[in-house]
Amino acid sequence: MSRTISTALLTLALSAAGVAHGATVEQQIATLKAVGPASAGSGAAREAWRQVSAAEAKTLPTILNALDDASPLAANWLRSSFDTIAERTLRTGGKLPATDLEKFALDTRHAPRARRLAFEWLCRADTTANDRLMPQLVDDPSVEMRRDAVARLISEAESQEAAGKGPEAAATYRRALTAARDLDQVQAIVKKLETFGDKVDLPAHFGFVVTWKLIGPFDNTDEKGFDVANPPENELNFTAEYPGKSGAVKWIEHTTSDPYGKVDMNNVLGKANAVTGYAAAEFMAAAARPVELRLASTNANKIWLNGKLIAQNNVYHAGEQLDQYVGKGELKPGKNHILVKILQNEQKESWAQDWNFQLRACDAAGTAILSTDRKASPVPSK
Amino acid sequence: MRRALLEILIPLVGLTGMAGADWLHFRGSDNQSVAGNSTAPVALAKDESGTEQNVAWKTLLPGRGVSSPILVGGKLIVTASSGHNQDRLHVVCVDAKTGAIDWERQFWATGRTLCHPTSSVAANSPASDGRRIFAFFSSNDLICLDLAGNLLWYRGLTQENPTAANDVGMAASPLVLGDTVIVQVENKGDSFATGIDTETGETRWQIPRPAEMNWTSPAVLRGSAPGTDLVLLQSPKRFTAHHPRTGEQVWSYEVACSSVPSPVADGNTVYVAAGGLTALRHQPEAKAAEVVWTTNTLSPGNPSPVVYRGRVYTVNSSGVLLCGDAATGDTKWKLRLKGQFWATPVIAGDYLYAFNQEGLAQIVKLGDTSGEIVARGDFGEPIFGTPVIADGAIYVRTDGHLWKIASH
Repeated sequence: MSRTISTALLTLALSAAGVAHGATVEQQIATLKAVGPASAGSGAAREAWRQVSAAEAKTLPTILNALDDASPLAANWLRSSFDTIAERTLRTGGKLPATDLEKFALDTRHAPRARRLAFEWLCRADTTANDRLMPQLVDDPSVEMRRDAVARLISEAESQEAAGKGPEAAATYRRALTAARDLDQVQAIVKKLETFGDKVDLPAHFGFVVTWKLIGPFDNTDEKGFDVANPPENELNFTAEYPGKSGAVKWIEHTTSDPYGKVDMNNVLGKANAVTGYAAAEFMAAAARPVELRLASTNANKIWLNGKLIAQNNVYHAGEQLDQYVGKGELKPGKNHILVKILQNEQKESWAQDWNFQLRACDAAGTAILSTDRKASPVPSK
Repeated sequence: MRRALLEILIPLVGLTGMAGADWLHFRGSDNQSVAGNSTAPVALAKDESGTEQNVAWKTLLPGRGVSSPILVGGKLIVTASSGHNQDRLHVVCVDAKTGAIDWERQFWATGRTLCHPTSSVAANSPASDGRRIFAFFSSNDLICLDLAGNLLWYRGLTQENPTAANDVGMAASPLVLGDTVIVQVENKGDSFATGIDTETGETRWQIPRPAEMNWTSPAVLRGSAPGTDLVLLQSPKRFTAHHPRTGEQVWSYEVACSSVPSPVADGNTVYVAAGGLTALRHQPEAKAAEVVWTTNTLSPGNPSPVVYRGRVYTVNSSGVLLCGDAATGDTKWKLRLKGQFWATPVIAGDYLYAFNQEGLAQIVKLGDTSGEIVARGDFGEPIFGTPVIADGAIYVRTDGHLWKIASH
């Protein structure tokens, strides 16, 4: 927040001083970083963008550094000026500062997207860069870098397999799985590893929470339940009994054996429409750390971590995909409480009868964060 | 003064577009899918003998997309998305003569990018006022560039309307009328239509729309005098007309409409996918619309209706091309085409060009009592976007390429 205020004040000061024209690149970049929602700052940014984009290629590292703490909107002003400079430089026979780009791309302290931007332009300037650098990017915090590195490992394993080197191929697939974060890559690797007799704990790999306590149904007639704080939102007393939509309700223990952690509320709480259900989980952490709780559900939903609301989505039956909704929070050392509210509406269509969710805990790169008391996942249901 | 000058110049730019040289919106400058006086080759891509016909050039795009290209001053503007999560947004400018990429700008999506595997975050077609480009994406990123690729303003509409998304993907294309660019964002979350100042990117108006899944695009109903154009907004339960500069509703017609095919206006008659297909007559004096006819026999599937020379053409959900009398709604003839369709057909001269989702083009000679398929051409890649026809050429956007079909 203070950085944002500082940037805004700097920009105001520069504007007041009439330095928009002839200002340094750093000052113009500050103007680009000051843009905000609803087109705020666009007028000044337009002129600053032209001036930054007209700069020489030696400016590129400065723009990359500016991306580290840029807002999503400002990042687009910055990256498009970066692309414009780089595109013009190569077209006119100039050279990009390859050494600086490589240094930035490999420095994991920088923003993943900025590093990837540097890497892609580096690969255009230096055709050896991709092959030379990719092997060291397998555990990279940039999901894009990591994905490419994993793809390279999969390709290597396939070649080993084709050459009849089974044990080497299996070992390479295992390395690839350890690094893989994207569903399609994990599924492809697991399919191969199963042919080598490996059994993969998919819920643990992704960090799906599989052990829950569920309660409901509460009322959600006319989709009004989204803003109704039923008792579980006020207290997590797992021995309590509350009045529900059609009688008293109490917490039910439930462990899902779905390989992707899906919890079917219809099965546990009874198939119904116009209802609200809750799922709670205890999550043990060794130390305080940031966490992302990533939810997939075709139902309206809310997520709380330790009583703090970290995501809410009042949307019904508009699709369901892994990592659909992301709530960002902080784990505290010891016991944490995750609470999920899943609401079903009154739609009659056959495709609108699902009342379910899956939730995983991970870091920003999608690496699973597991409760320290987690047991082996149940055998997946067939 | 500057604003006043622009208000005079912008309609003139629009008129230039209407002359046929430009194709400034999804389905053309007037959203009519018709090439004015232009004709186009009657053989294209790989014909049934496997011979490639009239491919002037084919340009690889930096990502996927189901959006349509537009044509502005000899430059084709096309959008694409790339990356595992499709969170990279591309705006590409291609020279219409050579197929060379003049410039490309890339951005990171600021809104949700989940969508159906057959769709893309580059589902919404770009638009132009002849001087600027307005690139809109399923993530609700609205990007304004000039024709040289200079960034003029950037709106992340999801930041201001955080639940505006659906995970099938959004698809409504923007419409530029005068100095306002209009976008329609309808879904189960934050649903709205908004008019944005083309010069500053600031919001002129925003009105709530029904919170229902909808993929139809705003369409223009041209007025008889400058400044009297209206914007048509189709929703699953309502069809409305608005002043583009204020958003003020002029009339509303409460009716169950389809959520994919967009409306088309021809003179004061509007054709909307409601009750099958409905013709509404706009009554400027009464600020109302009256039903001329409704028929369920001309019901469109995904493609929008096309009106041409007194006939209305639709492609139904079974892939049958239907021809009706635009004045009465009576069916004149039917012709079974091959495949399923998303792209709206385009018409030039005596021919209708229909592109199925597998990438097969079927050219139909339009007759009074029948239609006849006179040629087929295979592009070998999915086609979901409506092509451009201008100056004797057809510009086709397949999933990964942009093509020019021309006989010279």
